[in-house]
Amino acid sequence: MNMSIRIVQPILALILSPLLLGIINRTKAFFAGRKGQPLLQTYFDLWKLVHKGVVYSKTTGWVFRAGPIINLSAILLITLFIPLGHSKAVIFFDGDIFLVIYLFALIRFFTILAALDTGSSFEGMGASREAQFSALTEPALFLALAAIACGTGKLSLSEILVSVTSRFWLANISIILFVAATLIIVLLTENARIPVDDPNTHLELTMIHEVMVLDSSGPDFAFIVFASALKLWIFAALFAGVLIPDIGFGFWPNLAICVLAVLCVSVVVGIIESCIARLKLLFVPHFIFIATIFAVLAIVFVLRK
Amino acid sequence: MLIEFMMIFLTLVNLIILSTSRLSTCIKVIAFQGIILGILPVAEGHFDIQLVIFSIIAISVKAILFPSMLLRTLSQLNIHREKKPYVGYGMSLLIGLGAIVLSWWISKNLPLTVAPASSAVLPVSIFTSFVGLYLIITRKMALTQVIGYLIFENGIYMFGVILPQKQPLLVELAVLLDAFVAVFVMGITIFHISREFDHIETDQLSTLRS
Amino acid sequence: MFYCSIKIFLVGVFLIFFGGALSLLFWRKKKLSILAGTFGAVLGSILGLAPAIKVLLSGGKESLYLAWSIPFGAFFVEIDAISAFFLLCIFILSIITAIYGSRYLLEYKDKSLAKAIFFFNVLISSMAMVVVSANGMFFLICWEIMSIASFFLVTFEDEHKHVRQAGIVYLIATHIGTAFLLVMFILLGRESNSLDFDKFTAIKLLPASMASIIFILSLVGFGTKAGLVPFHIWLPEAHPAAPSHVSALMSGVMIKTGIYGIIRVLTFLPNPPLWWGWLLIIVGAVSGVIGVLFALAQHDIKRLLAYHSVENIGIITMGLGLGVVGINSGSQILAILGFGGAILHILNHALFKGLLFLGAGSVVTAAGTREIDELGGLGKNMFVTSVTFLIGAVAICGIPPLNGFISEFLIYTGSFRGLITKQLDLATVSIIIIGSLALIGGLALACFTKVYGIVFLGEPRSKHSVNVQESSKIMLVPMIILAALCVFIGLFSSFILKILNHCIAEIAGIGPDVVSSQILPLSNILTKVSFAAFCLFVAIAVLLFIRKKMLSAEKVSIAPTWDCGYAKPDARMQYTASSFAQPLVDSFKMILRTRKITEPIKDLFPVEGQFESSTPEVSRDYLFKPIFKGIYMLLDRLRWLQHGNIQLYILYIALTLIALIIWKIR
Repeated sequence: MNMSIRIVQPILALILSPLLLGIINRTKAFFAGRKGQPLLQTYFDLWKLVHKGVVYSKTTGWVFRAGPIINLSAILLITLFIPLGHSKAVIFFDGDIFLVIYLFALIRFFTILAALDTGSSFEGMGASREAQFSALTEPALFLALAAIACGTGKLSLSEILVSVTSRFWLANISIILFVAATLIIVLLTENARIPVDDPNTHLELTMIHEVMVLDSSGPDFAFIVFASALKLWIFAALFAGVLIPDIGFGFWPNLAICVLAVLCVSVVVGIIESCIARLKLLFVPHFIFIATIFAVLAIVFVLRK
Repeated sequence: MLIEFMMIFLTLVNLIILSTSRLSTCIKVIAFQGIILGILPVAEGHFDIQLVIFSIIAISVKAILFPSMLLRTLSQLNIHREKKPYVGYGMSLLIGLGAIVLSWWISKNLPLTVAPASSAVLPVSIFTSFVGLYLIITRKMALTQVIGYLIFENGIYMFGVILPQKQPLLVELAVLLDAFVAVFVMGITIFHISREFDHIETDQLSTLRS
Repeated sequence: MFYCSIKIFLVGVFLIFFGGALSLLFWRKKKLSILAGTFGAVLGSILGLAPAIKVLLSGGKESLYLAWSIPFGAFFVEIDAISAFFLLCIFILSIITAIYGSRYLLEYKDKSLAKAIFFFNVLISSMAMVVVSANGMFFLICWEIMSIASFFLVTFEDEHKHVRQAGIVYLIATHIGTAFLLVMFILLGRESNSLDFDKFTAIKLLPASMASIIFILSLVGFGTKAGLVPFHIWLPEAHPAAPSHVSALMSGVMIKTGIYGIIRVLTFLPNPPLWWGWLLIIVGAVSGVIGVLFALAQHDIKRLLAYHSVENIGIITMGLGLGVVGINSGSQILAILGFGGAILHILNHALFKGLLFLGAGSVVTAAGTREIDELGGLGKNMFVTSVTFLIGAVAICGIPPLNGFISEFLIYTGSFRGLITKQLDLATVSIIIIGSLALIGGLALACFTKVYGIVFLGEPRSKHSVNVQESSKIMLVPMIILAALCVFIGLFSSFILKILNHCIAEIAGIGPDVVSSQILPLSNILTKVSFAAFCLFVAIAVLLFIRKKMLSAEKVSIAPTWDCGYAKPDARMQYTASSFAQPLVDSFKMILRTRKITEPIKDLFPVEGQFESSTPEVSRDYLFKPIFKGIYMLLDRLRWLQHGNIQLYILYIALTLIALIIWKIR
């Protein structure tokens, strides 16, 4: 199918990703016996933030002002590479996996720098923990993607997910399960969900991602919220793309199934957040190491054939 | 495919036992291993009556009898966690990962006269034996060492089961009886050691020799 | 004019040396000697660049052979595509650092600068001669001159004890390496009855064991210069001790001459067995991970950058190993990707490491201290330095759209292709590379956000970093040029890859046409990467515009940073370098063995507390110190020989002479 239809994928991502945060909050409220925020709350938040003024700390320089913009631009670029529904994404080429992962590194670099620019010990704390956790998740993510790339024999994200047909799925179920297990742990870590980080905590000493943006306000903060929603969408789309095979109905049904799956992933994240407590901070590296173990097991199983 | 899933779960529970310090978790893992190993002969699909009886005996001994004996000893001892082992839990997990890779490599290069049902069974059996040995070597609590011995024996047992030859029922029953007696004796010994010294840390027992 | 282009090259090298000699002549007048030296270096480098670029683009060989009276030695100079590439790196960085050094050296008010300038020019000319010499004896002579010149540069500030100690460590290490090289050349010479490189490549039927011994000797000898673990212990001592522009040159190109040596020896020995590739990859992976881990634990800015050089040499060696594995398994694309990635990373590392060291030099000059924990907030006063340093930091972490990403992209593509073939050896090697590169990338990101964030952002942490001044334009322009080159290579990488065509062909032993046909799809992919980078810039511009529109109607105000209600927030409450790195350092404490000395807080209202952390070099303490201790103990037994009595010494000599005569006559 040509480019003009494929552009639907990132457009859907842009429109629907704030909904994911609303679904997660609503699921948590359901488990807590509350009614909870409206599903579209994130959209209202973004609207409110965009119409507010901004307060900059006098310690910050141009890096702090540039951080949210680089964050959002890079995420928008990544969205163009992520396939939805087992069809090719808008841009794809051999090796786009590396570009995507290192664009995430670009985002991380400037988010950490923006946090350090405020000269506050809270942001420094969050930044150093963020640096540690992402340094540990990167090998796991790479190895998991290497396993599925080796399994399908392709080097491009789009082509890999296109090749996850039902035949491939049944023949390689163990690899799919291991890669999916790694991806869900990486999703929880990178998107600051329980059990790694609590997005609702108000204690600066225990925050990781929330504290890095403590001094952001107004349109900057709107960019950051939107970017984090898109990041959740991207990881959920990858997870759904690996876990659900291509049943072969055609472009639009597959797309619908995938979008439904992404919304279900956010429900699952909400359930996990309601049922598990946050891990002790010293145990989080072990948690991420479990992801690495799954990734290594995936590779071992892929190579034994 | 069922066998493959069972092997995956076996690998995962072995990794769990390498990284946990709770003694009750270790015992639950032994029970789980017993169930899997009991089902293993029949999982290949041959419903021989001898194999079925054998599976039932194996499950009842490995998954019910041994764990309950160990649980009884545990409740008598009133100890719940492993004391600081010689090799830390994170490092044990790393070594376990290396052992998985090593056992896959060994099984690829090991010349077998008969091909087992699934290519995943041989490496996992080698890995299980390794985990059992590792527990015996690096843990200080006598109870964990007994569990390690049981896991080691499970690994060897699995190695025997996958070779699709007819095992004389009597030989296997004799092995099981052997293990049963060992566990019984070890359980009594642990209880007595604990009563005498108020702990079951074996590294301190070596001070007895002077 | 082109037919004597190698003569132009030699004129250029001589001009560099002559400029240095002139500066020595004018040693009383500082400005004149600096001018002479810098002029000679820049002019000579430009002259030398021309033939190098020509050979690189056309792929031919230029040579000059003059016989010499030294046995087996000859003045045999040959520029082929490999040498041309290394000459490109050497001359570009020499021009930049010479211009920077001309202003930087003026900061040393009470010292005589002529020595530094003279040896700087000698270093450049000897490095250029090392990569073009085609005779073993000549190679070793130039190698030795290079080591000695850099030794004198490292010990420029020899009034400090730690500088002298660093110099001694460097001298010993480089000579141990040269000893291995000597044995290697003797073995090669024995096989081919001559020490000329073209005779080496013509050796047929080398027995496998001899080839392996030669390879191991070259790996140890050249690896000591390159900084492979565990022979890297001189790097973190020597690079911080030298003046910053010298550190930039040493880290940027001098250690690459070690890699040049390994590549050259690989061209002598065709048909490499698989285990050579394994060895290169494992040594590279270990160097990379250990380098970046130790860098993370440092809080001296130049020592940190020195450890990062170890890490990048590890990445380059992994690329070389991938290429060797590719040659061995007959997969041409793997060889091209591996060697191409390694070569491109050599160029990239020269650029961004040079940039980072020059930036560090500016910081040290402005603030007067190398301790990161005493800096902070320098970005406000030193805008250009901070921007160029940021570009260097982003590049070294391998982040798109800059050049570091492209070389890592090539190595990743190669290893993924190796993995997909599912052949067990290729796949295992690829997994090691992928895992190591991913881990190195994550840790490097943590390290450089630490450096940039703590040095240039936030508030000043001590009186050193208040009221710093931006460096002079002469020091800023070289950094801007390097930063621009980093961006340029990142954006126009497909074009750069095509330039490296002949060099890759030369190393891999494949015909250049085959290489260019294989490179074509890669270039297309890299063009798409550049297109994605362009989209990124467009997105940034659009978002900037949108934000400006959003804020034009609203209020923008300035306030202090959120301090959670503390009565007196202080700049010292900010995160320090050691606290930033502490989670990661603790995760890897088994390798790092950081020592922490603390005075605990005692009373309810504590007055003082102290904390100090240091990470000594593990290889030095656990590997080399015991070895040297053992050697000392052994040699102590022979101490009775040294009694100081001259007549007994003469007796020894006489006895030896008599014994030799008797032995010869029999």
